Amino acid sequence: MLESAYWLPVVWAVLAATAIFLYVILDGFDLGIGVLFLKERDHDHRNVMVNTVAPVWDGNETWMIFGGATLYGVFPVAYGTILPALYLPILFMLLALIMRGVAFEFRFKMKSSASQMLWDGAFCGGSIVASFMQGIILGTLVQGIPTKNHVFVGSSLDWFTPFALFCGLAVTIGYTLLGATWLIWRCEGELQQTMRRASYSLGVLMLLCIVAVSVWTLNLHTTYMDRWLMWPQIALIAPVPVATVVVATALFLGLRHKPSQLLPFVATLLLFFLCFTGLGINVWPNIVPPSISIWEASSPPQSQAFLLVGAMFLLPIILAYTIYSYYVFRGKVTTEHHYH
Amino acid sequence: MFGLSALFLARFQFAFTVGFHIVFPAFSIGLAAYLAVLEGLWLKTGRSAYLDLFKYWLKIFAIVFAMGVVSGLVMSYEFGTNWSQFSQKAGPVLGPMLAYEVMTAFFLEAGFLGVMMFGLNRVGKGLHFGSTCMVSIGTLISMTWILSSNSWMQTPQGYIIDQATGRFLPKDWLQIVFNPSFPYRLVHMGLAAFLCVAFIVGGVGGWHLLKARREGRQPSEQVRLMFSMAMWMAAIASPIQVLAGDTQGLNTLEYQPAKIAAMEGDWESEGRAPEILFGIPDMETETTKYRVELPLVGSLILTHSLDGKVPGLKDYPKDIRPYSPLLFFSFRIMVALGMLMVLVGLWSLWLRWKGRLYNTALLHRVALLMSPAGFIALLCGWVTTEVGRQPFTVYGLLRTDESASPISLGSIETSMIAFVIVYFIVFAGGMGILLNAFRHEPHNNEEGPDEHQPHMSAGTTQVSHHPHGHGLAE
Repeated sequence: MLESAYWLPVVWAVLAATAIFLYVILDGFDLGIGVLFLKERDHDHRNVMVNTVAPVWDGNETWMIFGGATLYGVFPVAYGTILPALYLPILFMLLALIMRGVAFEFRFKMKSSASQMLWDGAFCGGSIVASFMQGIILGTLVQGIPTKNHVFVGSSLDWFTPFALFCGLAVTIGYTLLGATWLIWRCEGELQQTMRRASYSLGVLMLLCIVAVSVWTLNLHTTYMDRWLMWPQIALIAPVPVATVVVATALFLGLRHKPSQLLPFVATLLLFFLCFTGLGINVWPNIVPPSISIWEASSPPQSQAFLLVGAMFLLPIILAYTIYSYYVFRGKVTTEHHYH
Repeated sequence: MFGLSALFLARFQFAFTVGFHIVFPAFSIGLAAYLAVLEGLWLKTGRSAYLDLFKYWLKIFAIVFAMGVVSGLVMSYEFGTNWSQFSQKAGPVLGPMLAYEVMTAFFLEAGFLGVMMFGLNRVGKGLHFGSTCMVSIGTLISMTWILSSNSWMQTPQGYIIDQATGRFLPKDWLQIVFNPSFPYRLVHMGLAAFLCVAFIVGGVGGWHLLKARREGRQPSEQVRLMFSMAMWMAAIASPIQVLAGDTQGLNTLEYQPAKIAAMEGDWESEGRAPEILFGIPDMETETTKYRVELPLVGSLILTHSLDGKVPGLKDYPKDIRPYSPLLFFSFRIMVALGMLMVLVGLWSLWLRWKGRLYNTALLHRVALLMSPAGFIALLCGWVTTEVGRQPFTVYGLLRTDESASPISLGSIETSMIAFVIVYFIVFAGGMGILLNAFRHEPHNNEEGPDEHQPHMSAGTTQVSHHPHGHGLAE
């Protein structure tokens, strides 16, 4: 059991899941800020919102590139079946990320307010489409991808199902809540108030989505239902709903209690973590549900070991200077002067 | 779409997106190094013009880097969407290299970019310079990994093929990373990136020199300084680039002779071969029509001897010949632009020696015309090497038509249209902003991105970060 061909994929599955989770929460809040442009029309406030993430968004997006490269190198079978199966949602997501990524830089450089509105629209629209597509990707994966001999054999619109579309909506709402609570932490004054109010309804919606997706998932496949009721999964899973209730309570208490500025954001991060854990327990040990396991999807041990040696040293260093960069740009971001 | 096959569209889409992407990393590699040099010189000499130029080009860098990140994001998934068979077979070798690129380079660049862009007034000068250097080093490390993996596809070694699955399994990572064409490609591409930026900087400098002349005033110190630095780079790097290109040609002759034959439009293998200056290669009739040639020079260039034997396309079966009509021209455009760069460099040296570098309007006009030359040459070189690898993805081992994904024609058509629309909007937007920024002349007390961005944003509003605001504890 302790051969490298067994444990290397396990280690890498944990690392890849961590990277994906880091991507989800980091890009989650900056995508959420884009979605919140729908609600916040004030130009100065929009500038503040963007400025809270301007120094760090490149790094946030890098986790997604890392996710892609890791899948490619470590689980090439997953990379080679998931991507063709989700061809259109993935490409639409990438194009949306392009639009909003350049809008970050472009919107500040526009001279006329019309062209600025246009790039603000691109920023908002790109964020919504990217979030929605990420939810669809997640939903399709949970739903299962038909393969035969490691080749995708489904059709190009397999992702177009009520479940996957609902997951798209759920993820968009979740990211928006993450963005709103991030702004509660990083802003003050009127903008902070707006975000506090928005977070109430977003929080309720997110909890409803969590319940709906969980129940729906259990009814998708009998295997999911069986798994939840089997030992030891049930021991792992049972605390998850309980913890979710606790964290949700903390979220709403934090929103009510004016002096707490960081708590709502931390509570939302924990909600994401719990959902992600629940999902992980659901699909384990598959990487391409319903049939391809992490071992089947793996590249040979010499590839995984080669990369692991570097990752052990590099990932801690990366985390250290990422934290440093957040630290340099800590504190409230404000509109200093109004000239209305 | 237009009766094209899914395979052709998958290739076209990949080429379109890489071609779009490659411009921005090349720009970032050259520009980050230039920024590091400018900031270093400012710290060393205290001359404020260096800092002004640093801030001027830093604003450009923000745009270029963002376009590089988002277009690169596409690439890291497109291997899987468009080439899933290739990904599964070559993933064990190429995937770890890409992941190393992300870990050693992309995170480094992105992590220190924020400090480099907005941090001059937040961290000390030394730490800020350190961040600029980190970003620059990151771009160079990134180039090293991506060229190593690209070179492995051209000259694969250090692998074994798993009979059951057809996968390439890594056997010796040192051999894989340091494959035979890698060092040559790395030097050639690195110099190309520096030359791209040298000619952009030179073109912008040239334009401002012309403008000052037209308005009957002295150009600013900053303009003269950047023009001078650009011309030094052109004078030094372009002759070295010619040598680097020549050695890469020799390497290609050794490992991929069919590519050389297609580049040269040569059909018969022969000694004392002529160099075809112009012609139109025809794959059907196996001839190169309308040829204008220099006797013996073909052998001389390729083998460095008059009677050296050069390969001909007829040596290879028809189904593995690269498409000569494209390679023949892309190669010649690259070489011609390279030669022009050498001439501009030498001419600038001569004028500098004569003390007329800043008042020879013709040089400034030429520099302006040549500003995209680096990028055009780079793209032509890239077409030459990648199309020359066809019909293989892993040279000689894995065919392109066995590398594709099982995607429907409709999906590729839809995404192709979406790509073209989005990329044109983004490219037009980016070009507009860059040209607008170039129109503004670098001056004393140039604003950096941190001071600049909020002013530009509203015209009336100033937005800033409180450096010592409320901490985490709240």
